[in-house]
Amino acid sequence: MMRTLTRRDFALGAAASGALLADVGRARAAARPIKLGSLLPRSGFEAQIGQSCQRGVDLARKLLPAMGYAVEVIDADTESKPEVARTRAEKLIRDGAEMLVGAFDSGQTFAIAQVAEQNGIPFVINIGADPAITEQGYKYVFRNFPTSVMLGSHGLARFNDLFAATRTSPKTAVLLIINDTFGQSMLKGINALMPKANLPFQIVETISYDPQAKDLSIEVAKAKAANAELQMVVTRLQDVIIMVREMVKQKYEPMGIISPGSPGMYQTQFMKVLGKYADYAITNIPWLDPKQPLARSFTAAFTKAYPDEVCTLDAGFTFEGFLIGADAYKRAGSAKPQALVEALKATDIKERVMIGGAITFDAKGQNVNLPSGVVQILDGRPTVVLPTENAEAKPVFPVPGWSKRA
Amino acid sequence: MLYLNIIVAGLLTGAVYGLMALGLSVIFGVVRIVNFAHGEMMVLAMYGACLANAGLGLDPLLAVPLVTLTLFLLGYALQRGLINRYIARPDHEQFLLLLAVATMITASLLMGFGPDARNVQLGYAYDSYQIGAMLLDKVRLLAAAGAVLGAAALSGFFRFTRTGKSIRACADNQFGAQVVGLDVKRLYAVTFGLGAACVGAAGCLMLLLVDVQPYIATDYTLLAFIIVILGGLGSMPGALFGGILVGVSEALSGFLVEPSFKSAFSFGLLILVLLVRPQGLLGRA
Repeated sequence: MMRTLTRRDFALGAAASGALLADVGRARAAARPIKLGSLLPRSGFEAQIGQSCQRGVDLARKLLPAMGYAVEVIDADTESKPEVARTRAEKLIRDGAEMLVGAFDSGQTFAIAQVAEQNGIPFVINIGADPAITEQGYKYVFRNFPTSVMLGSHGLARFNDLFAATRTSPKTAVLLIINDTFGQSMLKGINALMPKANLPFQIVETISYDPQAKDLSIEVAKAKAANAELQMVVTRLQDVIIMVREMVKQKYEPMGIISPGSPGMYQTQFMKVLGKYADYAITNIPWLDPKQPLARSFTAAFTKAYPDEVCTLDAGFTFEGFLIGADAYKRAGSAKPQALVEALKATDIKERVMIGGAITFDAKGQNVNLPSGVVQILDGRPTVVLPTENAEAKPVFPVPGWSKRA
Repeated sequence: MLYLNIIVAGLLTGAVYGLMALGLSVIFGVVRIVNFAHGEMMVLAMYGACLANAGLGLDPLLAVPLVTLTLFLLGYALQRGLINRYIARPDHEQFLLLLAVATMITASLLMGFGPDARNVQLGYAYDSYQIGAMLLDKVRLLAAAGAVLGAAALSGFFRFTRTGKSIRACADNQFGAQVVGLDVKRLYAVTFGLGAACVGAAGCLMLLLVDVQPYIATDYTLLAFIIVILGGLGSMPGALFGGILVGVSEALSGFLVEPSFKSAFSFGLLILVLLVRPQGLLGRA
């Protein structure tokens, strides 16, 4: 249940971070708010993660005015379907949306990008990893999320950082991977990048499984039989819960479970359902930067509004999507598409929510300053453990066995 | 020993599948209606068991009588109030009616519970028994035992009670049953209620094995169809046999071929059975 967050609440939160308060002081509201159309899968099979992103929208609606940005957000539900995403985007534009933000899923994002291009309306992608989206020569599409290639390469690069920090060196790994579009594109990336990543381990077995699977006992038995030291996973949420549950039942205890950059193990439901068995799971993923004042204020506002939820990258990237749109409008001083596009191209937002340098876009509209952090569940909370400059705690690896957890 | 583990896991899961499909088979065997809302009714039962756990602190195993009774009453009312009016109508109208019921159940669950997956936290959820090199999952074992008991109770009801015998008479010859004075409409409603009760019990047991979400229902409807067609539509032993066959074959194909191939293997079996024995493995020609 969301608690009403007042502007005063946020100002109090922001006061904890002098930098943000200074920004609030500097900011001046534009003459009229820009209409930002939000497109997310709030129902359908991606509803869970769509709702997780929606929290970022709701916070943007409250926080951006307090930061001096004039925005009006119009919500639309893509129902987790690309064809619905297309019609909703068209309707938002008919209803006066001057910029679109969304849509979590690559298929839906593609559909919206085509509508945005046809109508000459800027579109900022909050989450959507298919590299092809920014390879189409689109003029109105900007993405503040890593491509699956970036996710894979940044994620794999962090393995060596983890092994160096913990002085470990596993020799073998088994890869469990979800058999959907995302999983397949990650698999291609991993296979292509592994020889160049200079990792100490070999993948001895790759097990792909049905995304609709409700029972992974066979998959886990197969992984256990591979007798590898490390378990590498590319998952969604529900499947990784089932997977860990099975690992506990089958007493399968590798050195650790590490994802090179997939959803699931940092999400609230994973921790709620698995409790102590969720601890020590590692995901190498772009994450909220605990050292950034804006990220701390955002997290505080999130926790206040949603005390039972964990603030994840879904909300963080979605908030940044709206921040980018609002910032472009403020600098452009106009909601005309061309003026907004020029302002988006010149984006240079240094105070961020997510780990990484300033938000900027290359010629293709892709932000390339999106490194992955190593996020480990510690005491039931996703915690940044690497890189050291962003870390809140030290990584734990190898992880304690299932029976050794309090 | 690894193969034995795989086969036993498939066998235990298959038993619960069998109980779920039993409800579909019973309803079709007597009322001659194909319940396209079958999976949705099971998901409804799973949410019922979740509520019983959250509100009354009941273990899903102990919630079986309560949820089963509730589903029986729901099934009875559904048949009596709605489906009876469609008995003589063309198949496609019956299909659309039950599809509408299914959609309404899913939408109501989504509104009531949201899209997040739910489960029950049980003290023994992660327990397993080690017998030599064989690992037996406690939850799966309990669920399978519950399924076998449920199927035995239903079989006993049809064999030994007056109402059960009347229902069988209806299934054999509806006109004859009417001639000897049986209240066929009431018996149809009782049968639909019993089918729903089976699904209710299966839902409670299934909750021990999987988390529940409104959207998982369609998969279970499809699975129940595969099982009853394999075993023989209308055959009670066939439903149980079909469930176990699907459970074991999915487990073995997942291990020996490729986990992603599990569902394809079930459908492959279905096509094979339809080709060589269209009435199902234990069905009557």
